[in-house]
Amino acid sequence: MTESVAIAERLSASSKQCLGVRGLSKYFGDFAANRDVTLSVDAGEIHALLGENGAGKSTLVKMIYGILKPDTGSMELLAKPYSPDSPSDAKHSGVGMVFQHFAVFDALTVLENIALGLEGRFPDEILAAEIAEVCDRYRLHVELNRRVHDLGAGERQRVEIIRVLMQDPRLLILDEPTSVLTPQETEQLFTTLDRLSDEGRSIIYISHKLDEVRALCDRATLMRAGQVVDVVDPRQESTRSLGEKMIGERLTETKRSKVSSAEKHKARLTVRVGDVYPESTRNVVLNDVYLSVAPGSILGISGVSGNGQDTLFDLLSGELTLPNPDSIVLDGEPIAHFGVEKRRFLGLLGAPENRLGHAAIPELTLWENVILTARHTRGILKNDHLISGTSAKAFADEVIKTFDVRTPSLNAKASSLSGGNLQKFLIGRELLGQPKVFVVSNPTWGVDAKAQLFIHQMLMKMADEGASVILISQDIDELLSVTDRICAICHGRLSRTFPTDEMTPEHLGALMLGQEIDS
Amino acid sequence: MIFVEARAVTRWYHEWIAVLIALILTVATASALLASLGLDPVSSLHRIFIRPLNSVYGVSELLAKATPLITIGVALALGFRAGVWNIGAEGQLVMGGLCGGAVALAFWGVDGFWVMPLILLGGTLGGLVWGAIPAFLKVRFNANEILVSLMLTYVAILMLSVMVHGPLRDPAGFNFPESRLFHDAATLPKLFSAGRGHLGFVFALMFAVLGTWVVKRWHLGFEMRVTGLSPTAAKFAGYSRDRTVWMALLIGGAVSGFAGVVEVTGNIGQLVPNISPSYGFTAIIVAFLARLHPLAVIPAGLLVALSYLAGEAAQLSLGIPAASTQVFQGLLLFFLLGTSLLVNYRIRFGRIG
Repeated sequence: MTESVAIAERLSASSKQCLGVRGLSKYFGDFAANRDVTLSVDAGEIHALLGENGAGKSTLVKMIYGILKPDTGSMELLAKPYSPDSPSDAKHSGVGMVFQHFAVFDALTVLENIALGLEGRFPDEILAAEIAEVCDRYRLHVELNRRVHDLGAGERQRVEIIRVLMQDPRLLILDEPTSVLTPQETEQLFTTLDRLSDEGRSIIYISHKLDEVRALCDRATLMRAGQVVDVVDPRQESTRSLGEKMIGERLTETKRSKVSSAEKHKARLTVRVGDVYPESTRNVVLNDVYLSVAPGSILGISGVSGNGQDTLFDLLSGELTLPNPDSIVLDGEPIAHFGVEKRRFLGLLGAPENRLGHAAIPELTLWENVILTARHTRGILKNDHLISGTSAKAFADEVIKTFDVRTPSLNAKASSLSGGNLQKFLIGRELLGQPKVFVVSNPTWGVDAKAQLFIHQMLMKMADEGASVILISQDIDELLSVTDRICAICHGRLSRTFPTDEMTPEHLGALMLGQEIDS
Repeated sequence: MIFVEARAVTRWYHEWIAVLIALILTVATASALLASLGLDPVSSLHRIFIRPLNSVYGVSELLAKATPLITIGVALALGFRAGVWNIGAEGQLVMGGLCGGAVALAFWGVDGFWVMPLILLGGTLGGLVWGAIPAFLKVRFNANEILVSLMLTYVAILMLSVMVHGPLRDPAGFNFPESRLFHDAATLPKLFSAGRGHLGFVFALMFAVLGTWVVKRWHLGFEMRVTGLSPTAAKFAGYSRDRTVWMALLIGGAVSGFAGVVEVTGNIGQLVPNISPSYGFTAIIVAFLARLHPLAVIPAGLLVALSYLAGEAAQLSLGIPAASTQVFQGLLLFFLLGTSLLVNYRIRFGRIG
């Protein structure tokens, strides 16, 4: 403890405020990722940055860490003006960051990885001794000579944290640190963070897990749509009130007309299966999937990214097949053993989350990308073997005209379109195929507000024409305004399904955190 | 500071500018090497690259060398587009030559219009089987096709050696490791009165045209290209990776086998222990020189064939070792790979920002 006290004394020599941010704005084109953001973090404070995906948290910390340069506004660190040009600048000023995706080298040992992050240091015994001291002080246990590829996510995170702590930072930024941790590892992390804060080091803690923030943080800055909406003491708030403040008022203008009650109870697509193992071990295993969707209705599946959405999409699209045909039934026909192409023939179409590299190929032109999924329509493929460029171009042209896709030509590469225009093209490509069931994942991710509205209208139009739509999304506003029924996925498990009318943001938040999903 | 940054727009001619720069660098380096040997670069280059083409004989020889390079280059271009790295075309060529040659010897002395097609078929099947082995191992066990196909090359070469030292040896050949000379019905006709240029070159041109058609119009070509560009998107499109692996290696094997049987029946006229001066490996350079465009394989094949002639000319008229062929080809591949960076990236001099 005496050691901690000594460090605390040294650190407290500086003023009470550690970081001050005033009027920070960052624009990407017309889109304001951050608008007039103000943030103050005291010495020794654990300060939460709360907000939904896309609220601007990442943009803010990227500016603090020198990855992005603010368009307007100023920052102060330890009572001195602070405007880092690069992360290494930020490091030298005493700011450290632990990213959500770890930048560690699998083939190297823990010691070598840490040495690489420190300028002018070598993986020798002197460094090992220093690391051992830091590990001991903050109760971070990790074996220095193990290779990183043998480590679990929690251990990798510790390597990152140690690497940052070796630089003796005054301010530590952690980006959703617990998203990859088990509850026990989370406990350990909190112990470490408490220790750091006792020494007078400040921590910016980015999260959307409300109960964690309430347990750990001294203050919370809430962000929504690029702006700071409130600064609160999370210990004085309930999870529910925090959730309301984070999500804010709902927009209900795009609410759709109700499905007729006769249609409502018929299931067009039913999925009923025990465990589903994805091909890639990076994807989450699904347990006990049960879902069903009626013609003309939109089912929303909410959830924090990385909770099995990828596996679920693959399971529905046919990229992942199951041995038992009855696990997925479309209009009475068992289809779980069918691959992508056969399911597409039966009217099950989709648009995956990753537009470039999954839904489309960046290097190919728009009309060539049409061939990927629409080749069996409008004579694009002749005699099953020859491609008719004319038909493919005509189809692409129709998509572009019908759905107002802004592109210089049919011959533009998919990679040259903006996110919104490419998404309109990709959903349009499937819409013209008149889907019976349409599965779409995060369709408005990284899309501007106008295109977002247009895409929502496309999905609703599809449902109005009798298709069943499954919308996998992280965007709570989107889910509540577009869907008819809603459920959540957490750790590969689906919650019960509720009518969207009866759903509140808090309830949905709880579902997303897996609170009502029994094991 | 020098920066390398991604091009915002890439144009079709960037590829060919990169090829042109590679050629210029190759010639420049070759000149420097010649100068360092105390030779006058300009007259030496003229002697080894231009003079060999001054006669019908020379052109005929050029076509003979270009035949296997173009034939195999087209097939490899298709496979490489699909991201399937068949490095063993040399082995598939040898296997094709061996199997086709064995058929020719089995029907030795038999006349008939069907003999030649049967021999070509035999060779093609031999190469096909040799390409099928790495395909099966890749699909079934995810074995690396580069290693498997490369190692199978040495197996094929040794197999040929065993056969010409043993069962296929000419009974009246004084124990030399050579087969009988093929009879007329088992020999491809020559194109000219001089040199070794033969009908195989016409087949090679047909393959290039067919290959272009497959790439541009056939769904199979599109499917293979998509799989090579993005396996994930290919899967979403309903294309099977296994099918692409099979097709790339079967096409590569069959066509290389065809090139092998054409080489023994058109050029050599018998089976010998060494039927190819690494045509199968050099065709890799040809495919990349053509930027994987089947039609462009024709000029690329001719150019690289010239490097073989140039090597011989260098040996005869300048007294430089025959290995200069490999030096030239190595330089070419090196600069091609180096300059291919320029297709998607540009180099900028200046400051950050």
